[in-house]
Amino acid sequence: MDEDQISVSWILNICVLPKRLENLGNNTSPDGYKLIVRSLPVLHSSAQFNLDSSRSTLRYDSRTTIFSPEGRLYQVEYAMEAIGNAGSAIGILSKDGVVLVGEKKVTSKLLQTSTSTEKMYKIDDHVACAVAGIMSDANILINTARVAAQRYTFSYQTPMPVEQLVQSLCDTKQGYTQFGGLRPFGVSFLFAGWDKNYGFQLYMSDPSGNYGGWKAAAVGANNQAAQSMLKQDYKEEISREEAVQLALKVLSKTMDSTSLTAEKLELAEVFLDGGKVKYQVCSPENLGKMLVKYGVTQAPVDT
Amino acid sequence: MECVFGMVGKGFALVVADTSAVNSILVHKSNEDKIMVLDSHKLMGASGEAGDRAQFTEYVQKNVSLYQFRNGIPLTTKAAANFMRGELATALRKNPYMVNIVLAGYDKETGPSLYFIDYIATLHKVDKAAFGYGSYFSLAMMDRHYRPDMTVDEAIHLADQCIEEIRSRLVVAPQNFVIKIVDKDGAREHSWRRTTKD
Repeated sequence: MDEDQISVSWILNICVLPKRLENLGNNTSPDGYKLIVRSLPVLHSSAQFNLDSSRSTLRYDSRTTIFSPEGRLYQVEYAMEAIGNAGSAIGILSKDGVVLVGEKKVTSKLLQTSTSTEKMYKIDDHVACAVAGIMSDANILINTARVAAQRYTFSYQTPMPVEQLVQSLCDTKQGYTQFGGLRPFGVSFLFAGWDKNYGFQLYMSDPSGNYGGWKAAAVGANNQAAQSMLKQDYKEEISREEAVQLALKVLSKTMDSTSLTAEKLELAEVFLDGGKVKYQVCSPENLGKMLVKYGVTQAPVDT
Repeated sequence: MECVFGMVGKGFALVVADTSAVNSILVHKSNEDKIMVLDSHKLMGASGEAGDRAQFTEYVQKNVSLYQFRNGIPLTTKAAANFMRGELATALRKNPYMVNIVLAGYDKETGPSLYFIDYIATLHKVDKAAFGYGSYFSLAMMDRHYRPDMTVDEAIHLADQCIEEIRSRLVVAPQNFVIKIVDKDGAREHSWRRTTKD
């Protein structure tokens, strides 16, 4: 029995199901497969095959919640694959702030985006995140995170600790790998935030619901190359300005496009300003100047 | 009848409560502890319906420790106070808890603090607070003698003055009182003021 036959007979099954339900008494279907039909009510009956299991992986990757015989969850791995093709984002933790940079994938010159940033989102006054992956999935999760943060403030009148926020979001992500039937969220996040207990923090999360605290992290396309460059160039006690410089350098080297322009980039920072947490997005003009200053790109030649 | 009060001093906060379990005109018990040690640095003095008091204080205590287990960091006194207020406010339109709370705590960043929370979910951060029949006497006494920079000895003396006033002016004065204190070293029982043996 190969895979094609199985899928074909599935379709057949759906077609003939109403007929089968009529003669519930006999548990053998016309095409010879044994049917396991639960007792009434009829609407909830389920048809199931009694097939010899073939050891092909294809049988497992349509299910998000079922392990393959090798102990893998294919849908989760595919979700991570999807992120590997998305525009990348880099986060660096410095002693006086957290820096996030992201690569925007410009799909069309005619496209006008409604928001000022498309990869960076403010979750609460003290937490922001960068996204890599399917944006429509990300929007759902960002909303969940914002609700969680406000719920917490409503309960305790104190800003939500960053790790708790990340954890609550990752619990949601994890849920879709176990109570699925649907698919996991195809999103990786970089969370940058500050709280009074642990100061500045940077977290990275993936579709499986795993998360960890990092000094420097990369998600999206070429994240492994970026990660190893960060590993090489990251210094302890790095300042925020140096972190911006490093992030831009790493992103320019790992991006597929040859020239790095301000239009393709987004830069956001979380830092303390007079004892208060501030989230600041760099304007395209300043970003352009910064790229020239750090020697990432050449200054445009006036003609 | 019930007397629960508290005040903030220099680097500490204290809570005093009567220890009578009363039903109608009958005193069942005179060593009922109405001040719960919520966690290492929080005291929760409560007055009101005995069953509700036990239920609510334990519910809060368990939630505070659940939070600590889950997140590895304790709730601040402010956060705990707001949590209690939230719980009382949700209960208020369903099946209200008849409890009034004096919450004292000590936090590293903010130092000692005292919160007044009543059964209709009012929350105030205060220097001195009181509930029950004893509040008429203890509030007056504290208005006259309280200073924010009091030492532990001075504050205990003031608490004794309050207790003295309650005992001499209140018809239904309780026999015994317990005093608990919270400072940088934690929350603990300070002493008892007894007129009857258990």
